[in-house]
Amino acid sequence: MTELVNILAVGLLLGGIYALVSVGLNLIFGVIRIVNFAQGEFVMLGMYGAFAAQITLRLDPYVATVLVGPALFALGAFVYWVILRPLQGQPMMQVFATFGLLMILENTVLALTGGTAYSVNSGLTGYSVSFGPIQIGLPRVLVLTAATVVTLALGWYLKSTMHGKAIRAVAQDRNAARLMGVDVERIYMVSFGIGAALAGLAGCLLSPLYTMSPQIGMNFIMPAFAVVVLGGLGSVKGAYFGGLIVGLTEALAGFYLDPALKQAVLFLMFIIVLVVRPSGLFGTAGAEEVGLREQS
Amino acid sequence: MSDDHLVIAGMGAGYGDVSVLHDISFAVPRGKIVAVVGVNGAGKTTLLSAVAGLIVPTRGTVTLDGADITRTAAHRRTGLGLAMVPEGGRLFPFMSVRENLELGAYAPASRSGLVERMSEVMDMFPILRDRQDQLAGRLSGGERQMCAVARALMSRPQLLLLDEPSVGLSPLMTEKVLATVTDLAAREGLSVIIVEQRVTEVLAMADIGHILDHGRIVRSGLAADLRKDRQVQETYMGL
Ligand SMILES: Nc1ncnc2c1ncn2[C@@H]1O[C@H](COP(=O)(O)OP(=O)(O)O)[C@@H](O)[C@H]1O
Ligand SMILES: [Mg+2]
Repeated sequence: MTELVNILAVGLLLGGIYALVSVGLNLIFGVIRIVNFAQGEFVMLGMYGAFAAQITLRLDPYVATVLVGPALFALGAFVYWVILRPLQGQPMMQVFATFGLLMILENTVLALTGGTAYSVNSGLTGYSVSFGPIQIGLPRVLVLTAATVVTLALGWYLKSTMHGKAIRAVAQDRNAARLMGVDVERIYMVSFGIGAALAGLAGCLLSPLYTMSPQIGMNFIMPAFAVVVLGGLGSVKGAYFGGLIVGLTEALAGFYLDPALKQAVLFLMFIIVLVVRPSGLFGTAGAEEVGLREQS
Repeated sequence: MSDDHLVIAGMGAGYGDVSVLHDISFAVPRGKIVAVVGVNGAGKTTLLSAVAGLIVPTRGTVTLDGADITRTAAHRRTGLGLAMVPEGGRLFPFMSVRENLELGAYAPASRSGLVERMSEVMDMFPILRDRQDQLAGRLSGGERQMCAVARALMSRPQLLLLDEPSVGLSPLMTEKVLATVTDLAAREGLSVIIVEQRVTEVLAMADIGHILDHGRIVRSGLAADLRKDRQVQETYMGL
């Protein structure tokens, strides 16, 4: 019994990580219709950002979030404006461009660090929280908490603020949004920035848990693809619950089947959902938050 | 000196290499309703898209209140008093009626008076008050068109562009929508460009009419004269 509870806890916490990475990915997809292959590299940059903040400013990674988040927002906005905006109307090219970006970011970090396996310390690392019979490290609990808070906050923002409504309007019908006076290019830029900032935040929160490498982004982007398909493309809430489901599946499969099979099980699920229920497990894809539909 | 609200001069427009409109010139006198009629594919939507800024004309100019807006971005035109009801309404389907109306007042200049304007607009279309929490995608055809007109009015425009408000509506509903527009135009002092395939009905409400054929204006005149014109009757009104 304790064993199962332990596995479920591990799965949920892993799911929190996937959720945090996927929410931004899915926001970008829902609004701009770009699959951002470089989303994992934004997580990686967040981790290295936390590292840089630690060695230069002696900041705890949890404190560094207030610097790294905005820095990644700025980077994301810049990338959109300079690389993706000129490719407007050529979605395939935009996706290839994000793939190019993935390579550039990965290689640049590799060149700068020489591939040294850095790690970051946090004052909170030693602490743990107990839930009944099990003990969980505080940093992991914080990741799940952050994913939950981010999902709720982003959901609130999209639903309740005028700017959030403009973001949803652009996702639903960009030309109609233009007619309302919405600067669509700017909404795209901000959405890409928010997506990147969330990835950067994830990177900071993950930095005390993982040893860094320039290729670490891959470990997050693959499950994140499974997550957005499960949760429904474009849906913020779907990305959250999709993240938790993927985390749980991975933990259960890793324990009861074979650790080597956990990704295979994940992608088997991914393909089954694609075939059987392409709108994702949560009803109409993205309907509630951004509101996805075909655009002319 | 005539008081022209909008002047289109020698305008050409199209999509990529395909040119659709050729040498379009006409003016919209302030407070008047101008109808542009033509069959499916004549270029009516393209014409309104160019006036709204969704596409950039390849030739000629568009002048609003004396200022050249030919290249002004679409999202800036709302602030200049221009609003459009696109073909089919193009409501945001996964948002409530209320949210759709709020977005109509998205432009900074319209935001401050949003609450007051919302209740004015709901007074004009009481059905929208009953449906305000419903998703726009669930409205019936007539309600959808009403909501689209109401949304455009939220920014307190002076020039309203209407793209085939009768599409998908019954003759009775069409008459109702067109009557509402006529009424509103008079009440709010709006200038209107309305494009339509339903020639008889729209010429009855308009002051001035233009007939668009293969991207060119082939006849122009007072709407009342065009209605009586033999050739127009034969070609467009099935008489
Ligand atoms: N997005 C587009 N791309 C290319 N051609 C278009 C596009 N939209 C319309 N057209 C063409 O332009 C012509 C005029 O279309 P449109 O302005 O929609 O006519 P109407 O509104 O009078 O039915 C048609 O031949 C149509 O095929
Ligand atoms: Mg049309």
